[in-house]
Amino acid sequence: MRGATVTVSLLLASGALAFILAFIAGLSRVSENKAVRVLTMIYVEFFRGTSLLVQLFWIFFVLPQLFDIRLDPFTAGVVTLGLNYAAYASEIVRGAILAVPDGQTEAAIALNMSKFQRMRYIILPQALRTMLPGFGNISIELLKGTSLVSLITLQDMMYLAQNLRAADYSQSLQVFGILLILYFVLALPLIVLSRYLERRASRGVASA
Amino acid sequence: MTGKPIVQFKNVKKSFGDLEVLKGFDLDIMPGEKVSIIGPSGSGKTTIIRMLMTLEKPTGGEIIVDGENLWHMEVNGKLVEANEKHLRKIRGNIGMVFQHFNLFPHMTIMRNCTEAPVQVLGLSKKEAEQRAVQMLKKVGLADKVNNYPFQLSGGQKQRVAIARALVMQPKVMLFDEVTSALDPELVGEVLQVIKDLAEQGDMSMILITHEMDFAMEISDRVAFFADGLLMEEGPPQELFNNPKSDRLKSFLQRFSRV
Repeated sequence: MRGATVTVSLLLASGALAFILAFIAGLSRVSENKAVRVLTMIYVEFFRGTSLLVQLFWIFFVLPQLFDIRLDPFTAGVVTLGLNYAAYASEIVRGAILAVPDGQTEAAIALNMSKFQRMRYIILPQALRTMLPGFGNISIELLKGTSLVSLITLQDMMYLAQNLRAADYSQSLQVFGILLILYFVLALPLIVLSRYLERRASRGVASA
Repeated sequence: MTGKPIVQFKNVKKSFGDLEVLKGFDLDIMPGEKVSIIGPSGSGKTTIIRMLMTLEKPTGGEIIVDGENLWHMEVNGKLVEANEKHLRKIRGNIGMVFQHFNLFPHMTIMRNCTEAPVQVLGLSKKEAEQRAVQMLKKVGLADKVNNYPFQLSGGQKQRVAIARALVMQPKVMLFDEVTSALDPELVGEVLQVIKDLAEQGDMSMILITHEMDFAMEISDRVAFFADGLLMEEGPPQELFNNPKSDRLKSFLQRFSRV
């Protein structure tokens, strides 16, 4: 099925966007600057609090009308999925950063590290461990979320399956049966990868 | 032990909300001097050195480190609140060992000791490792360089934490109840390391401790804090054998040394 190529490239592009944005937003949420914190919070709560499908329609159908911003279906899909899942993932980033004990920051201050060095070398490496299970979840969710782009005419697996079914209604069971398996097969590497990363990151743990 | 003090507290106060933990005290630490701070819990002892380490901001008074104001800086002739850059400049003189070690769990012992020298002092990895090994030898743990903190006992962790602070070569080292979180049988090894340091070094040391015998043995001077005030200070023999205030007398009685 060539729809799988679209689904996978959509997953990779929006996944990359989501994780980059998640780090930016997650770090902004713990910023000392209140304006930065509040602005990020508004973004996060807006994208978490409204429907992904509606967001997709806004970016694909409403933006062109309002601001004359025309995105092709793929870009619109990547942008919406990226923004939406980044909002969720940023909460994982924020929570993980806050979960690192204060003593770690204090020790880093006592060694006269700068704010950047503290975050980069002491806090984030430890927080990353806590983030991994959440990130694994989000990436699998994201894969399944990609199926919504079929509704903005992007020809992913879901879209093509609908087409096949429309051509021959008696084939529903086979078509959607195969579709289920396909999504699962795509999710499998994500599951395995996040397990592997978690195991690798547990090096040296078990409390300070 | 003459000349200018390395650390001066001038009428330093600290409140947390409505709670006034330190009600204004003066204390000078001379270069190379070892000063123990004793007193009942809640008397603000830990807050004193946390303010010196810039982990806590004083609500009044001044702290002078090596002639420079720690929490304030001069801009166009006016004293203003210190910024991060100023704090970092002065903070480099000071090192600290914490009650709960605070080793970095994701790094080997070696990297715990070399990360800051490389990042902050700009040493090469090789130089930093040489220094680290030298300091780890001092605390008797040079064979643990490739271990992670969780593989060490509490006493060993605390000795690594001491080595990690030493690698930065501070002029003043702060010890915040460094044996309080340890099993009793592990206290000795850590105290021994600190004692060796005290005997060798021209480094100033401020120790918060509940180990009275230890304080007596290694300190040049002991300061007794209670109720947010510096009640008494002086040479250890004088303070322990001839306490003037009732507050100190009753405090020492609870440590009845048999």
